[in-house]
Amino acid sequence: MDKGLSLRDVTISKGGPPLLSVNHNIGPGEVLTVMGPSGVGKSTLLAFITGTLAPDFQAMGEVLLDGHDITHAAPHQRRVGILFQDDLLFPHLSVGANLAFGLQPGGTTEARRDKVNEALAEVGLTGFADRDPATLSGGQKARVALMRMLLSEPCGLLLDEPFSRLDATLRAQVRDMVFDRAKARSLPVLMVTHDADDARAAGGAIITLGD
Amino acid sequence: MLGPVVAGLWGTFLPAFGHLPAAGITGPSLDPFRYLFDWAGLPRAMMLSITTGLIATGVSLLIVMLITAGWSGTRPFRLLERLLSPLLSVPHAAAAFGLAFLIAPSGWLSRLVSPGLTGWDRPPDLLIIQDSWGLTMTAGLIIKEVPFLLLITLAALGQADAQRSVAISQALGYGRLTGWLKTVFPRVYAQIRPPIYVVLAYSMSVVDVAVILGPNTPPSLSVQIVKWMSDPDLAMRLEGAAGALLQLLLVIGALVLWRLGEIAAGIIGRRWIMTGRRGRFDAVTAQIALGLGAACALAVLLGVVVLTIWSFAGYWGFPDALPDQLTWRNWMRHGPGTLEALGETALIASVVALAALILTIGCLEAEYRYGLHISQRGIWLLYLPLLIPQTAFLPGLQTLMLGLGADVGRGPVMLAHLVFVLPYVFLSLADPFRAWDTRMGTIAAALRSSPNGVLWRVRLPMLLRPVLTALAVGLAVSVGQYLPTLLIGGGRVATLTTEAVALASGGDRRAIGVYGLMQTGAALIPFALALLVPAMVWRNRKGLRHG
Amino acid sequence: MMKHLAVLAALLAPLPALADPDPANWDTVKAEAEGQTVYWNAWGGSTTTNDFIAWVGDRVAEDYGVTLEHVKLTDTADAVTRVLSEKQAGENDDGAIDMIWINGANFAAMKEADLLFGPYAEQLPNWSVVDAEGKTVQTDFTVPTEGYESPWAMAQVVFVHDTADMPDRLGSMQALLEWAQANPGRFSYPQPPDFLGTTFLKQVLVDILPDPSVLEVAATDETYDAVTEPLWAYLDALTPNLWREGKAYPATGTAMFPLIADGEIDLSISFSPGAASTAIANSELPPTVRTFVLDKGTIGNASFVAIPYNSGSKAGAMIVANFLMSPEAQARAQDPEILGYGTVLNMDALSDADRAVFEGLDLGVATLSPAELGTVQAEPHPSWMTRIADDWMTRYGVAQ
Repeated sequence: MDKGLSLRDVTISKGGPPLLSVNHNIGPGEVLTVMGPSGVGKSTLLAFITGTLAPDFQAMGEVLLDGHDITHAAPHQRRVGILFQDDLLFPHLSVGANLAFGLQPGGTTEARRDKVNEALAEVGLTGFADRDPATLSGGQKARVALMRMLLSEPCGLLLDEPFSRLDATLRAQVRDMVFDRAKARSLPVLMVTHDADDARAAGGAIITLGD
Repeated sequence: MLGPVVAGLWGTFLPAFGHLPAAGITGPSLDPFRYLFDWAGLPRAMMLSITTGLIATGVSLLIVMLITAGWSGTRPFRLLERLLSPLLSVPHAAAAFGLAFLIAPSGWLSRLVSPGLTGWDRPPDLLIIQDSWGLTMTAGLIIKEVPFLLLITLAALGQADAQRSVAISQALGYGRLTGWLKTVFPRVYAQIRPPIYVVLAYSMSVVDVAVILGPNTPPSLSVQIVKWMSDPDLAMRLEGAAGALLQLLLVIGALVLWRLGEIAAGIIGRRWIMTGRRGRFDAVTAQIALGLGAACALAVLLGVVVLTIWSFAGYWGFPDALPDQLTWRNWMRHGPGTLEALGETALIASVVALAALILTIGCLEAEYRYGLHISQRGIWLLYLPLLIPQTAFLPGLQTLMLGLGADVGRGPVMLAHLVFVLPYVFLSLADPFRAWDTRMGTIAAALRSSPNGVLWRVRLPMLLRPVLTALAVGLAVSVGQYLPTLLIGGGRVATLTTEAVALASGGDRRAIGVYGLMQTGAALIPFALALLVPAMVWRNRKGLRHG
Repeated sequence: MMKHLAVLAALLAPLPALADPDPANWDTVKAEAEGQTVYWNAWGGSTTTNDFIAWVGDRVAEDYGVTLEHVKLTDTADAVTRVLSEKQAGENDDGAIDMIWINGANFAAMKEADLLFGPYAEQLPNWSVVDAEGKTVQTDFTVPTEGYESPWAMAQVVFVHDTADMPDRLGSMQALLEWAQANPGRFSYPQPPDFLGTTFLKQVLVDILPDPSVLEVAATDETYDAVTEPLWAYLDALTPNLWREGKAYPATGTAMFPLIADGEIDLSISFSPGAASTAIANSELPPTVRTFVLDKGTIGNASFVAIPYNSGSKAGAMIVANFLMSPEAQARAQDPEILGYGTVLNMDALSDADRAVFEGLDLGVATLSPAELGTVQAEPHPSWMTRIADDWMTRYGVAQ
């Protein structure tokens, strides 16, 4: 069984010539960076992988995750995690509840709470479980968003311009944390960005679209 | 929802051409129209319908546009907005009663200044209520349509990038109002066009407001149609059906006329923009508009106040500003009756509003999940039941349902209400529902939450306030329905609105006060809850405080 | 109208022979009525009447287990339409209406079209105490009732005036016209086809005609124009002097009370001799209000209830109709604090105890005694009312 995220002859178009074509295999712990100016269809590729492509796009090719063909699977059954440039924490849930949302069902309330607290501790946010996410700083929110994603035990991670809203100092810090965690869990990572620094920090293969 | 409308129109169309087999009358024949045109009151009744509709719509639109142009983004504007939003839910009938009790020769305003300023020790013999030109009825419509159009405009403003356009035109030396009219108005108008047409069609064919404030010698066409429809003589039903078709034609004609007016205004407007005038009278115009807007708000507000006073009034002779004594007697007397009607009203309204909400959420969620888009034409389809005058298809629907043996009562009334409630609930919820950041859904799905899980655990909780507001809109619309309840309910379904309007003919101001107030409460309290509940539930969630 | 109904009736299928309750067998009626719900369609514009009907509901529920629902109408014609529509739709067994407060043209129309259950009225137990000799309870606007409706209240035209502004009574319609011309804007009447409004028109006609007996037979094309000509001349003179110059009219009789209370008008008309006293008691009229009748007397008639042929609760409806004619209900209706309606009962036929209840009633300051009410003039044949109301609407109902 091939571990990792494979894009086989993926071509996406919108009633005309192809917007993009990708054929690439991302191994566990590897990062593929897709670069290109805005509007070139980078996010469309991610939407295709998460299964949320708008119906006015046509896509061909296959997506395999750890050997399973997930091209036609329902979005919630793909086990593909994603982080956007905004933290997108659910504003109606506390920080702890946001994390618990990612946690798979099962286990006692106690056990679940422990897992949430562990996750918070891992990113230095011990004691934040009952906080309103809207009261957190940008860096704190980004960390919660990351841990929420990881708690859902994804088999692959997609990053959609994940650091562009953060200021320079925070940016490097959060970036390193994300890549470290992904490597530690041996997740294949697909990052979309227009920032050369991000690409460099990722240290993996780079595809540039829109040339 | 078009089914009942089309069926109702068919049920109107046949008898209008002399075909009512149930009564042993078969057509086709033009006799109903011949009788209709023989009615001496027809020219005036038609005129009334047209003038009321055009003036009420035109004036409301003008007031709203000038207020928004001159004041949007300022403190007085926010104040007015906050004042007008709750007034939107005051039912038309209650607002009309309030206005009548306010501006009649023996009304509260006249009492407040008499005999001090006027020297009147008895009310002047002035034709204000039920005036032959229908001006009071028009005013009664305007005070209710201004809040409606203002809120619709506010919703449209969000998408029109108004602030920056005005800032740029001001930088170019335009007055605030002129700048707004020249840059933002065309975009906003394009968006609010369907509701404006709804206001026009509604104002032309309104029955309850016309019964309370409109003239009777002759009445407006819609009121006369309802009279014909309830005449024991069946031939009158044919005449009523013919009148209903005429009413439909009048509304279509007025809509065409309005469309032509839009084109003309467009040409004149473009020329005006080309002149480069910066707007010399902006300040004055804006002041007048704000004054008129405030007057509308005050009229409804004071109307509710005077309804309240009458509901507690003992003997209240003219020109006393207040009753001799305040008493619970009226409430004791009408309390049981109103409670019964309230129960009926609440039952119908909650079933209908909930059904409409579920249908709406179902529609919007399907649209989201399957990536469907409702086209501009679809939007018009949604508005269609609101554009067809109620008097044109409800009587036909009543005849059809009887013919089918469908029992009258609560069920059919609920269905009829749904036709009118659904569009409003949909329009109220659609924008906030669509404006929800779908990346939240993507994230939740990536967190392995099923589509239903996303809907119930993320989307609906986040949209709690707009969902409750839409529910409140549905409740208020249902509470205010007069004609569908009266005609489809066959008299057996007594809601606060039918009871209140029935009291109009008796002229018992204390009873009207009690019923009008209950009716207002039934529509207003859900709105208050729609504001309060989310604020309480999400009191610790800053991120939802403005959502 | 009658013509259409007749055509309609002829075209419809014959009524199914249902086992209707027999009013002569009162015990069976009582047994059958228990648990039934009676939808009484009655005009709902007067809160005092509504309260009275609610009280009747309480009483029949208590004594007979009959549930009474008041369906409040703005126009009795709505109920007639309803029964008619049901007949077209073939709903012959359990229509929406079980009882109607009815009079005159609506009764004539329903009776003619076979839309009524009966005869039942004269078999009801309480008929024995009804004053069938002295009061017009067996004809309704000259149409014989033949037991198809039972009376429950007597009404007679009285004029209501505020003595603070208009101290003296008027003796005739001619005097009323002259007074109105001298005091423009101080009088009005409900807009026809409102019941009281058309009654005013008939009262004018009956009073100004030298010989009103022509009105007892149906109006014909030959008689109508000549007989009504003085009426139109009268109204042409009166209208510009009416409240609002006749451009607007009160919708109903009760709608005129606030006008008197506010001092907008000084004189109005009522079909209930005790209504003014009741309104004073409810602080709807100032205490200075009094009533008067004309020298030649005024028009009077009885209010009836009728049961549609397709009522599913005929026994229950008869229970209510019978209760309405009981001394208890009649005494309550006559109490000016409650309704102030005239009774249909024969005082001599009552037990001493019941009679004492009536004699103990304080009729109120503004109510005329039976003697003062004077001669009751008969209602004209309904054909007059229909045509006059139609003509009125063409002449004055669509203001020039």
